[in-house]
Amino acid sequence: MSFQIKEQPAVFDVCIIGSGAGGGMAAYQLSKAGAKVALLEAGGYFDPADPKYITQLKWPWESPRRGASTTRPFGDFDAAWGGWEIEGEPYTRKNGTQFDWFRSRMLGGRTNHWGRISLRFGPDDFRRKSIDGLGEDWPITYDDVKPYYDRVDKLVGVFGSVENIHNEPDGLFLPPPKPRLHELFIKNAAQKVNVPVIPSRLSILTKAINNERGQCFYCSQCSRGCQAYADFSASSVLVIPALKTGNVTLFTNAMAREVLTDPSTGQATGVSYVDKEKLTEHTVKAKIVILAASAGESARLLLNSKSAYHQNGLANSSGVVGKYLHDSTGASRSAFMPSLMDRKRYNEDGVGGAHVYSPWWLDNKKLDFPRGYHIEYWGGMGMPSYGFGWGIEGMNGKYPTSDGRKKEAGGYGASLKEDYRRFYGAYVGMSGRGEAVASPDNYCEIDPNVVDKYGIPVLRFNYKWSDYEIKQAKHMQDTFEEILTAMGGILSGNKPGPESNYGLAAPGRIIHEVGTSRMGNDPKSSALNKFSQAHDAKNVFVVDGGSFVSQADKNPTWTILALSMRASDYIIDQVKQKNL
Amino acid sequence: MKRRDSLKALTISSLGVVGLNPQETLAEQRALETALADDPIKIPGGRLKEEAIRDAKLMKEKFFTPQELATITVLADIIIPADSKSGSATQAGVPAFIEFMMKDQPQWQTPFRGGLRWLDVESRKRFNKPFTAVTKAQQIELVDDIAYPEKAKPEMSQGVAFFNIMRNFTATGFYTSQIGIKDIGYMGNTPNQWEGVPADVLKQYGVSY
Repeated sequence: MSFQIKEQPAVFDVCIIGSGAGGGMAAYQLSKAGAKVALLEAGGYFDPADPKYITQLKWPWESPRRGASTTRPFGDFDAAWGGWEIEGEPYTRKNGTQFDWFRSRMLGGRTNHWGRISLRFGPDDFRRKSIDGLGEDWPITYDDVKPYYDRVDKLVGVFGSVENIHNEPDGLFLPPPKPRLHELFIKNAAQKVNVPVIPSRLSILTKAINNERGQCFYCSQCSRGCQAYADFSASSVLVIPALKTGNVTLFTNAMAREVLTDPSTGQATGVSYVDKEKLTEHTVKAKIVILAASAGESARLLLNSKSAYHQNGLANSSGVVGKYLHDSTGASRSAFMPSLMDRKRYNEDGVGGAHVYSPWWLDNKKLDFPRGYHIEYWGGMGMPSYGFGWGIEGMNGKYPTSDGRKKEAGGYGASLKEDYRRFYGAYVGMSGRGEAVASPDNYCEIDPNVVDKYGIPVLRFNYKWSDYEIKQAKHMQDTFEEILTAMGGILSGNKPGPESNYGLAAPGRIIHEVGTSRMGNDPKSSALNKFSQAHDAKNVFVVDGGSFVSQADKNPTWTILALSMRASDYIIDQVKQKNL
Repeated sequence: MKRRDSLKALTISSLGVVGLNPQETLAEQRALETALADDPIKIPGGRLKEEAIRDAKLMKEKFFTPQELATITVLADIIIPADSKSGSATQAGVPAFIEFMMKDQPQWQTPFRGGLRWLDVESRKRFNKPFTAVTKAQQIELVDDIAYPEKAKPEMSQGVAFFNIMRNFTATGFYTSQIGIKDIGYMGNTPNQWEGVPADVLKQYGVSY
């Protein structure tokens, strides 16, 4: 191992750490404005259109494990390189609590496999404390962010429908796809129990928006990345176009170690990183440093960037860095639909995700928990993968054939083959995704005793759901049961009860973690100002989910993109005014 | 590669994780490098290098004995035989898939090895021969005692548990094969234009847009 530190000769205008939604957007905006950008990515190069990386349109038999999740948490064909566990890059937990941390090590980060659910935060989502007294209000309002949401819609593309719902602001939408058959059933059933169902809002191009990206061809595999660039991945939509400006120098396999600061002014001077392939140490000098490594990794970097000037870690004189970590709540239920047995076959792949969803529809003042959730749906005639047909012995004895024959559970032979055919495509399911209340008691910090294989101190998590989230999950289960029963479904398994927190997923499992370097007007209670700029060092910005004050029941990506674009505009303006 | 692995091994041992011997990790790594030395790894599209190396290593290993694999083959075709619509489990490559899964997810090794042994012991008790050596009728007689969980005799419960696992693996292997996908009638995974549910289907279920 060489301990000689190699310096890049040039001083870049900006060094961005991380190439996901936040870093990709900043790289795009700043490089288009002419800035010389160094972009650090801890993983390898990835282009969803390069055959080297393509898993889209592959068949299950092209994987020896038929797509099982042995090596990739979402199966062999999922685009994410990484997962909840990465060899040599541990994290720890304390006080017997659980937080599971998903990391993608690749150009574009987790945007390569995400669900493309692109929801704007609503006016209420920026001022939850004013509404229910819990947590904190954002220092900005929906009106501050709206112009950026509009620009993101136009730049990236999103389909949806105009609904005029107060806290579910409409965007500049492409046409949504028509619902699938089970989604029509869901819509009708949900109406009976007063749950609204509207077209999904996904960043998938149902119409072409420029010459660089194609139109969706309805293979339902956005999680594999799209070779036509017809969905939003930071790799294809932001970073690759940014590289084409000639203003971006991309460093892949560059694991940031520390943000370097000037001992007298406390301002950032660059970033040190380890080359993961060669194990060599490097520094990149830059006038501005933008952290976009994910809420967890950016907090880790800030906390690891200690100096005499920043004794508590960079941007952390308030002590809030790492605190207020919160992930979406999540719970699910599924059902068998006898009415869909022996259904006619046709291609119903559609887009990658549900064509409909349920935005939050109730008033928390009348409920025993704060904050809402939305519902995502699934089902239908999907491509068989590992696990297909599992547990038929629990099904084929219960439901007679179309001509009324009752069968013995289990079995084998030609009769069993008929059973797999009659049950295919006759399942539906739903998942709630809700807002947790941000709390200083849920946090990540530097583990004093553990380093990763590069010698970088690792994060230690402390996270516990409160009664707010548990009661919300209970409400989800009641709603799922109502909808599934109203559509004639036979619910799978037992209803999750208090023994499992009503099926509430462990924190981190929904992969929406935010809040670790929250923004605010008061430098004593926030790490960043309302432009995602560190209170303690004006040339340091955080443009990932770290800046979130509260996370809403909306998936965070669209707001990360809008806030990163807004921070980029502010940087360009401040440079022009010679404040940076 | 090697250096990083030794670093990993040092990290593990310094953290005092029980049960992971760094020497063993290094030995495994050396064995892997030797085994692969004259056989440069081809990385299939969509796979990472580490994944390709792991898959190639698993492919070279054998888990089932020839006798075990012969029993798997007979069982797979009892569970999914050829019929008027499609081929059989072995035609779809199910035994090779099950063999791979034993190495890919080793938690299945004991249920399978033990289940196959249970089956042979039961066959010897009844017919004085292992399962593959008895007549087709005798095989079916035995299978009938373990294939129906709700009516099987309590003393057959371990056989039932094994047959359930065997049925699950056979079905997954078959319906994720080219033959099986055609059989089940999945029509996607191809460029398409989604125009909504076909009109006749909407009518059949009494729904509309």
